Amino acid sequence: MRFSIDSEQLESGAVKRVEEMIQQSPSVCYQCGKCSAGCPVHYLMDIPPNVVIRLLQMGQTDRVLESRTIWVCASCNTCSTRCPKEFKIAECMDALRELALATGKDTPSEKDIKLFHREFLKSTRRFGKVHEASLAAFYKLKSRHFFADVGAGIKMFFKGKIRPIPHRVKGVREIRQMFEAAGYGQKVEQ
Amino acid sequence: MSRIGVFICHCGENIARTVDCARLAEESGKLPGVMVSVDYKYMCSDPGQNMIKRAIAEHKLDGVVVAACSPHMHEPTFRAAVVQSGMNPYLCEMANIREHCSWVHTDRELATEKAIDLVRVMVEKVKRNQELFPIRVPITKRALVIGGGIAGIQAALDIAAGGHEVILVERQPSVGGNMARLSETFPTLDCSQCILTPRMVEVARDPRITLYTYAEVEEVEGFVGNFKVKIRQKAKSVNADICNGCGDCWNKCPMKKIPSEFDAGLGYRTAIYVPFPQAVPNTPVIDREHCLKFLKDKCGVCAKVCTRGAIDYEMQDEIIEAEVGAIVVATGYDLYGIGKEQPNERWKGYGEYNYDTYKDVINGIQFERLLSASGPTQGEVRRPSDGKVPKSVAFIACVGSRDPEKGIEYCSKICCMYVAKHAMLYKHKVHDGQPYIFYMDIRAGGKNYEEFVRRAVEEDGVLYIRGRVSKIYKDGDQLVVVGADTLSDSQVQIRADLVVLATAMVPHKNAYEFAQKIGIACGSEGFYSEAHPKLRPVETMTAGIYLAGACQAPKDIPDAVAQASAAASKVQLLFSSDELEREPIVAKVNEVTCVHCRNCIRVCPYSAIDDKEIRDRHGNLIRMVAEVNEGMCMGCGTCVAACPSKSVQLAGFNDEQVFAEILALGHE
Repeated sequence: MRFSIDSEQLESGAVKRVEEMIQQSPSVCYQCGKCSAGCPVHYLMDIPPNVVIRLLQMGQTDRVLESRTIWVCASCNTCSTRCPKEFKIAECMDALRELALATGKDTPSEKDIKLFHREFLKSTRRFGKVHEASLAAFYKLKSRHFFADVGAGIKMFFKGKIRPIPHRVKGVREIRQMFEAAGYGQKVEQ
Repeated sequence: MSRIGVFICHCGENIARTVDCARLAEESGKLPGVMVSVDYKYMCSDPGQNMIKRAIAEHKLDGVVVAACSPHMHEPTFRAAVVQSGMNPYLCEMANIREHCSWVHTDRELATEKAIDLVRVMVEKVKRNQELFPIRVPITKRALVIGGGIAGIQAALDIAAGGHEVILVERQPSVGGNMARLSETFPTLDCSQCILTPRMVEVARDPRITLYTYAEVEEVEGFVGNFKVKIRQKAKSVNADICNGCGDCWNKCPMKKIPSEFDAGLGYRTAIYVPFPQAVPNTPVIDREHCLKFLKDKCGVCAKVCTRGAIDYEMQDEIIEAEVGAIVVATGYDLYGIGKEQPNERWKGYGEYNYDTYKDVINGIQFERLLSASGPTQGEVRRPSDGKVPKSVAFIACVGSRDPEKGIEYCSKICCMYVAKHAMLYKHKVHDGQPYIFYMDIRAGGKNYEEFVRRAVEEDGVLYIRGRVSKIYKDGDQLVVVGADTLSDSQVQIRADLVVLATAMVPHKNAYEFAQKIGIACGSEGFYSEAHPKLRPVETMTAGIYLAGACQAPKDIPDAVAQASAAASKVQLLFSSDELEREPIVAKVNEVTCVHCRNCIRVCPYSAIDDKEIRDRHGNLIRMVAEVNEGMCMGCGTCVAACPSKSVQLAGFNDEQVFAEILALGHE
């Protein structure tokens, strides 16, 4: 990888947006690598989490927004929990996903992940919590991965982990209000 | 018949692993003259020492041999122990069966045989040992401090505060050293001159301190407590007693374009000059290499304008002789000279950074001068080539340091901190500027140092890029810095208006010659060697000479000051008694047999032997002999070997003792 750095890039809008979203500057990171050390999905990433932060420090936002890493991140928060500088890495990843969608820089290779995210949110909005059976059905229809993970699905069904009939939570109205307040409708359209 | 006690130490497993100590004790006990022979796990422990003390009383011993480690380690311990039993310490000797035997051999049988030999040899020596008594020499309670930087100033002030006279010698026209050239100091960012100049003034004002500026130490003779030094006072060409420092002379001097050493070549000075406004003393000197009066016998303006008639073109160098009891060496450091020209073969320059070719590639001290209010730009950051305020500055750490290929393997210790400081100060002066720092590691070990570096990154937006710079080239009026960022695995290019190289701290360019002159040692990299890297960090191997500041190793201001105070306290410790006790292991001339061939006088490396006249009671000279000065003799034995008539003997190692040892070794 090869690039030039200039002060315009360092001041670029993308880094500023991330800073605003997470209310923290990536400059606090001193590159100890503990986030990458503990990341359970590190092996699926093209660049490790600490390098994502490093590239933000150097103003290389395009490379970050185009990476698989931000989509592979499972938001488990191990990184944020263990960070010695208390940098909110998982939140930063979330902010980067949002930015990638907004700027259209999101990588096409991870479209299934984006699809899953969408279906997950739809299901949550509808029932107040996720309904696994319908989520799986919609995801499979749209992604056309009809037979993936079928074995695991059957096992889960017989263990009572997947309910065929959805259960709606009491405060679903309030949850929908939260979705609207966060600008859900516009973002999905984008 | 002698009554010798032999005490064998196991040193835990160190000796006992390889040497059969029980057998050694048994065999030693059979040696003629040995009254008692025992072995014990740790002879140096209290029970071990008590064993020796009890044996001396019980068996009325008149000699002790401890077979253990090197005498360097525990000879003082065991000698102190026998003294407590009323024995003269020089009747106790050590046979080294650890370093000389167990540690270097593997065969237990043979090692035990060798240990027996070593003990037998030492028993034969101790039989012939005589009681010796420490030598007392008087102490001159006056100290010489060489170097008037912050370390020298601190040492001089501390010694003077203890009530002793101090002679402070500084090579430059003013005291202050490198610290006077700095703008602000890390990690507190207080102004360097503001904290230094009160000390400089104090040095000049203290009646116990005699200050010689523009002077150099020429010669050091003598020994601890009794050094004789010669100081060359270079001709200042200005009579300091008359001059009132009004400045008419340097304002009128026509030679205005001489690069200023103080401003690291970024500013100019005149031929008659004071290096900087707060100089102490505030008396100018004439730089004879650049003065028209001395070059062409013309001009003479300074003498004409001086209302007090202080200018003296005829002034000559003067040699000042002084007697001092202790010396503190605080000669400071130089900066590694980046470019192609290097002072020695070991060091190579950085052609790839184009320091010699591009005006806007400068070193750390030059950037300090750009930041300093007393500097060539009055503290505004303006680049040397066109005076433009740089909007992006690349700082490059480890230029010279940690680069074995360029000849310097060590870390210069202070650069990480001053680079962070530079970037921070730059950002404070140029708010829309962007500082970049290329580095390998950030070594910020020190009180509030790490916090300081993080502040530079998190609050002042300094971008650290982890990697060395490969090259710097010009593009338009900017410099392109090609480096790497190992943290993101990438090659990085930066366009900078100014590049600042954090150059290594190197020993003073005459450090080696000076060390030879005053008789102290240098390490391979050229810094002066302390007597022990951990336990005697301010003493040299030469008694009475101490080290302070960066002449010993790269160090920052707090460390230099701490070491200077430590050296001063060592000097005061020395001065706390009127006489000095020395080991009586010195040579002595037999005046009856000495034929005054003067061989010993010629070979003595310490100049400790001199001629002596022997006169009768009427004062008539009968004959000449050699005489050893007990205060100066280091007991090396060179004179003993050189004497053709065997008239010199070394106390504690006389011929009889040494031959007895050799014969004992041949005995089967």
